[in-house]
Amino acid sequence: MTARRMILWLPLAALLLLLAVAGVRLSRPEAPLPSPLVGKPVPDFALPLLGGDGVLAAAALRGRPVVVNVFASWCVACAAEHPVWLAAAQEAEIVGIAWMDDPEKTRAWLAERGDPYRAVGVDRDSRAALDLGVTGAPETYVLAADGRIVFKFAGVVTPEIWRRRIRPLLGGGS
Amino acid sequence: MSRRRQRLVWLGVGLGAVFAAGALVLSALDDSLTFFYGPADLVERPDAFSRRVRLGGLVEPGSLVREGAAVRFTVTDGQVSLPVTFSGVLPDLFREGQGVVAEGRLSQDGHFAAETVLAKHDENYMPREVAEVLKQNGEWRAAR
Amino acid sequence: MTVEAGHFALLLALAFALVQALALPVARLAARPGLAGVAPAAAAAQAVAMAVAMAALVHAFAGSDFSVRVVAENSHTAKPMLYKVAAAWGHHEGSLLLWATLLAAFGGVFALWRQGLPAATRLYTLAALGVVGVGVLAFVALASNPFDRLSPAPIEGRGLNPLLQDPGLAFHPPLLYVGSVGVSVAFALAVAALLRGNLGPGWARATRFWTLVAWIFLTVGIALGAAWAYAELGWGGWWFWDPVENSALLPWLSAAALLHALGGVERRGGAEAWAVILAILGFSFSLLGMFLVRSGVLTSVHAFAADPLRGVFILALFAAIAGGALVLFALRGGRLSRHVAFAPLSRDGARLLGTVLLIVAAGVVLFGTVYPLLAEALNLGRLSVGAPFFDATVLPLLAPVVALMAVGPLLRPGRDAARRIWPTFVAVAAVGLAAAGLSARWGGWAAAGFGLAAMLAAGCAAVLWAERRTLSRRRLGMVVAHLGLAVGLAGITGGSRLAAEGIAALPEGGALSVAGRDFVLASVIEVPGPNYLARRAEIVEAGGVVLRPEARLYETPRQATSEAAIVSSPWGDTYAVIGESDASGRWVVRMFVKPLLPWLWAGAVLMAAGGALALTARTAPSARRQP
Repeated sequence: MTARRMILWLPLAALLLLLAVAGVRLSRPEAPLPSPLVGKPVPDFALPLLGGDGVLAAAALRGRPVVVNVFASWCVACAAEHPVWLAAAQEAEIVGIAWMDDPEKTRAWLAERGDPYRAVGVDRDSRAALDLGVTGAPETYVLAADGRIVFKFAGVVTPEIWRRRIRPLLGGGS
Repeated sequence: MSRRRQRLVWLGVGLGAVFAAGALVLSALDDSLTFFYGPADLVERPDAFSRRVRLGGLVEPGSLVREGAAVRFTVTDGQVSLPVTFSGVLPDLFREGQGVVAEGRLSQDGHFAAETVLAKHDENYMPREVAEVLKQNGEWRAAR
Repeated sequence: MTVEAGHFALLLALAFALVQALALPVARLAARPGLAGVAPAAAAAQAVAMAVAMAALVHAFAGSDFSVRVVAENSHTAKPMLYKVAAAWGHHEGSLLLWATLLAAFGGVFALWRQGLPAATRLYTLAALGVVGVGVLAFVALASNPFDRLSPAPIEGRGLNPLLQDPGLAFHPPLLYVGSVGVSVAFALAVAALLRGNLGPGWARATRFWTLVAWIFLTVGIALGAAWAYAELGWGGWWFWDPVENSALLPWLSAAALLHALGGVERRGGAEAWAVILAILGFSFSLLGMFLVRSGVLTSVHAFAADPLRGVFILALFAAIAGGALVLFALRGGRLSRHVAFAPLSRDGARLLGTVLLIVAAGVVLFGTVYPLLAEALNLGRLSVGAPFFDATVLPLLAPVVALMAVGPLLRPGRDAARRIWPTFVAVAAVGLAAAGLSARWGGWAAAGFGLAAMLAAGCAAVLWAERRTLSRRRLGMVVAHLGLAVGLAGITGGSRLAAEGIAALPEGGALSVAGRDFVLASVIEVPGPNYLARRAEIVEAGGVVLRPEARLYETPRQATSEAAIVSSPWGDTYAVIGESDASGRWVVRMFVKPLLPWLWAGAVLMAAGGALALTARTAPSARRQP
């Protein structure tokens, strides 16, 4: 086939390419999400405690595995995952960070739904959230005893995720 | 001009135009693409702060606050809720509890600074990405 | 009963389309040439049947027959009659029925009007149109039936969206459809040429006629759509490089390219294969746009609920029609072109170069539109390709096209001498450079836009002067259409590069300064409307315009809309939108000053008028036509 004859097939080749791309798009499910960032030491934050004097400091969380949960009263998804923390509070140490929220509203929200947190730090202006790289609520971190983040999860923690992915990281301690 | 020569000239012209277009496309692709994420996808992106992106999800009911020319609302995919700030007049079909697409950047303190909030022409219409994000999370039922 | 009659007419039309498509092949196989003669009658019958089907659907909408599913979903008794009727094509099923009706109408007119075409060309073309009709009608009947009944019938419909009750939105889609369906005739003529192995007499003239009809409607439809977005969406923008807009732009670009390629084919011959592939591309783009809009594979701000299953059907239709024609082109296209020598420096040379650039630009628009699909297929993530991409790629490709339009028509066909034409070229270029120099203070884009617009206008003036005694109506149409682009380009450049905007939360009496002009929010009053409550602001410029934008609150369904206020003068638009008030009683006011923007609409009108002039011109003397 001469070069000239091949040019005549070019439009058809372009069409087939287009059809392949469109066909792939029509037939394929979504690509999986990229994996979260883990392995870094937890940033050194210090937040005022909700409902009292004192400070929730990152340094004080060392020595045992701890779950840090970022939540807010304005966040509907946080209410959805709340029952998981209420159940999990029996077997793990869970610390809350109330992000961009009015302490009054946080208190009322926790009073209505129950308070699973060992301590709640108030982070109205995103100081700790900035350090932690929080970009939405809810967000959950698991800190190992040496203070490193071993797991980060953005979104609603379901009982399944709690059982399969978070509880095993907390070790046999509790 | 002979037939062969004339054909060669125009073949060259065509190839030249295609190559010029290809060069323009390649140079433009790097910096003018806008990625689309749901709130949960966006917060998982290590490079989220550096790029202009589109954020799609539902406007969380009760989250809309007006402060002068600025508005704040929260966009959720049922998994993650992300606060959004926007200066301007919201499009007509913007409503709490409805799908929305905001274009802008994630700022360092964790809120999404929208430069444009996109309208939809049809109230039953849901941007495909938003519908998919919500379907994954079981929050979506088809319009009909 | 009317609904059943409509459904029956639809099925009947499908049968007629089958007859139209099969008449010629059956006649050839059975060696009974007379059989092929039923195709024109079948095409006319299909057009009548589809008109009945469309009328039945409009009747169901006008009478709010909610036992019909699409009526219940898309209409409401409280709608004004105009919008009840327009709702008949404001959704997937109805718009597809309208599409098929227009296709049948084009086929019917083509069948009955001989246009000096040989019988063989007409029969082959009708067969190709019949195949397209069978595909589209099968899709309507099998997967998008607008005549489905609901039982029990709801007592009220669900479609009462005040935002959609807008004359621009009701009427620009049908106009666009006329254009995007109209390119099917050129497509069918191209397929007929490939099947017969040559173009035959009158082919270029007929193809040019139908392409020009489609191009005029595409121009008007696109401009009306842009004007609607500009006036209604309240962003001050009129073009967003949205996939749906691109789907209309692609056939427009390829139809423009085809018109220019045909100019050479009709008068001198040569480049026949190029004209044929452009005709195939035009309708393929049109079908591809249908797929992109209706399958939901791309995100767009435009309507039509996503349905992947319909996507598969349209993709198959697109693959069969475009693929079949392209296979035919690959096998037969090489035989079509005759060698006609012309110099690069000639009207034919400039025209051919212009068509190449137009189609390459269309290819880039296509690439940008489907790139999100490609990226997902390659796992690059979900993304959208927006205005920055298209501005950076398409505009540099179209800029030389405008320059060619300025100088190309001044050249002689076939061959021209540089020493004859260079003084004119220098003069035209000097006008462009002077305009670019004067507007350079607004930046490079403004200099390029105004420079090219002025250059094109100067080129048009030079053609009018050089041919002041000999100018034919068709040539005048060309000059008017080109001048329309110059005017529109000035409007686009002024309305974007010289534009200014401001936004503020103003108390009554508060002032906002935009582009050195001071606007005061004089008052906000409540004005009751028929089914809404409006807050009407009065924004006053000292010694200048008064704008009255509204924020409306509809009761059922509860919904807020904003009505922009636009004051136009030949020198530009002043545009105001009012939002809602905040707790302290301040109103969000957004203002745009858009110099020269109305020129864009004037330019579109000129382009369509130029097309209409050329359409109604008598054809070139037959002595110069190809045998």
